[in-house]
Amino acid sequence: MKELVVLSGKGGTGKTSIVGSLAALAEDKILADCDVDAADLHLLLEPVVRQKHEFWSGQVAVIDQEKCTQCGLCSELCHFAAIEDFTVDPVSCEGCGFCSHICPAEAITMKENLSGHWFISDTKYGPLVHARLGIAQENSGKLVALVRQQAREMAEKQGADCIISDGPPGIGCPVTSSLSGAHIALLVTEPTLSGIHDLERVIGVCRHFGVPALVCINKYDINEENSRRIEDYCREQGIEVAARIPFDNIVTEAMVKGLPVVKYSDSPVSRQIKQLWQNIAARLAAN
Amino acid sequence: MIISVASGKGGTGKTLVATSLAFSLKDRQPVQLLDCDVEEPNDHIFLKPVITQKEAVCIPVPKVDEDKCTHCGLCAEICAYNAIAVLPDRVMVFPELCHGCGACSYLCPEKAITEEGRETGVVEWGDAGGIDFVQGRINVGEAMTPPAIRQVRERANADGVVIIDVPPGTSCPVVEAIKGSHFCLLVTEPTPFGFNDLVLAVETVRELGIPLGVVLNRAGGEYNKVEEYCLKENIPILLTIPLDTRIARLYSRGVTMAEGMPETQEMFISLWDEIRKILDEGTGSLKR
Repeated sequence: MKELVVLSGKGGTGKTSIVGSLAALAEDKILADCDVDAADLHLLLEPVVRQKHEFWSGQVAVIDQEKCTQCGLCSELCHFAAIEDFTVDPVSCEGCGFCSHICPAEAITMKENLSGHWFISDTKYGPLVHARLGIAQENSGKLVALVRQQAREMAEKQGADCIISDGPPGIGCPVTSSLSGAHIALLVTEPTLSGIHDLERVIGVCRHFGVPALVCINKYDINEENSRRIEDYCREQGIEVAARIPFDNIVTEAMVKGLPVVKYSDSPVSRQIKQLWQNIAARLAAN
Repeated sequence: MIISVASGKGGTGKTLVATSLAFSLKDRQPVQLLDCDVEEPNDHIFLKPVITQKEAVCIPVPKVDEDKCTHCGLCAEICAYNAIAVLPDRVMVFPELCHGCGACSYLCPEKAITEEGRETGVVEWGDAGGIDFVQGRINVGEAMTPPAIRQVRERANADGVVIIDVPPGTSCPVVEAIKGSHFCLLVTEPTPFGFNDLVLAVETVRELGIPLGVVLNRAGGEYNKVEEYCLKENIPILLTIPLDTRIARLYSRGVTMAEGMPETQEMFISLWDEIRKILDEGTGSLKR
């Protein structure tokens, strides 16, 4: 069983639109949405939720005002500036528990935190594991790890060939959590200077975690000179450019209809994505 | 006054709005731009700052003096992040897991733990054609972003206008970047993804009690759920930017709209005036 994760560095390059189409093209797979704080894949796959689970993670300090003597030690020692006027700001609190250990009046306790939910759903294109991190919550990396673990267990149980994960933007905690141990990373970029800058950083992260990368240039024709720069750069780095997808408003039209673009039209975009999936499938089989 | 520019969904135009707003205001008043997207900072591409100073972002991680350590195990017991393991004959520290809370060094009965800095990134600053520019950047492979964001935020000069470019999403890095701003602009696009993530972003900003308004980017087309939602939720749409390939082409070359299309500067100045007006009247959309 192989695991493909789709990343981009820069947001809005088309990860989810492409994953939606790969979901429609691939057979025998489990789908995972590892973007747990702004998940969109469900908008293309219309999941029917089969299981809903709570995600309890981390703790938040709570001060018992009746026991508190207002000595101010907690506020002085907190490294996250989370205590002011003898109350804890749950948004700033990182749940380290330092204050609860040092409070001379033993007025501080740590409360378990419901950080979000995760789901197992059925879609037209196969099972989907997805999650929703609570508003302004921490531990997105842990929730991503949980989503991947559930997807792997399900893939093993069902004898699925592969897992296709839609990853988050950026290169930080939820990205490293989506990437480590995956078999291939598909990096969706766009020919803008921002796209290139962010691609270089996410390639660095793939290298750091030893995950082979493939690049897909989306909207390649909005700046063909930049697209050539990306191709040159990838060649230097020994990374295959697996597809060049043209800009077409049909992608947005399909999204508005709630459909993967390959199910909506047989445009050049769809043909490129089909070619992309063949390239990926060959790499996954050889990997 | 601190204005943060956020979005939920990535790629909706945060960087475009933050840089164009700063660019349009710079000749009228002192402007500072803080790029808090420390995973993928892009504002420098558009504003081309001359970086004059930098400092490392370090988080304090424990260093154990094995001569003093009695292997009592208290540090491992109290560490909420499992960043320390105490074996019978030695102590193992996992710096990548440490949040730098300082509990272990403070509580060690033998005073065997000191803190040493682990570098997670860098904060750089300088001048970008009259804009006071600050950006943070985490090291590649690093997972923890809040310390870098906090360090960028510390450089905010609240006397003038401070514009913060926020990372995408709705979780802790976003909160760290937005917290304490006077107003939050949410940039979205008229698509199902843009709409879905706007709703999440609105919930996040309201949770923080910060007044907000929307910038609708790449407008046009038939999808009108964003407008309907804003009307229903009493959220002002403060600026509408049409879908225009000229803007996209300029953007692809690293030129922000207000610079490449100077006639649009008026639009960003009006946006700023609108925000001022909302804050003066205290009518920011806080209604739940």
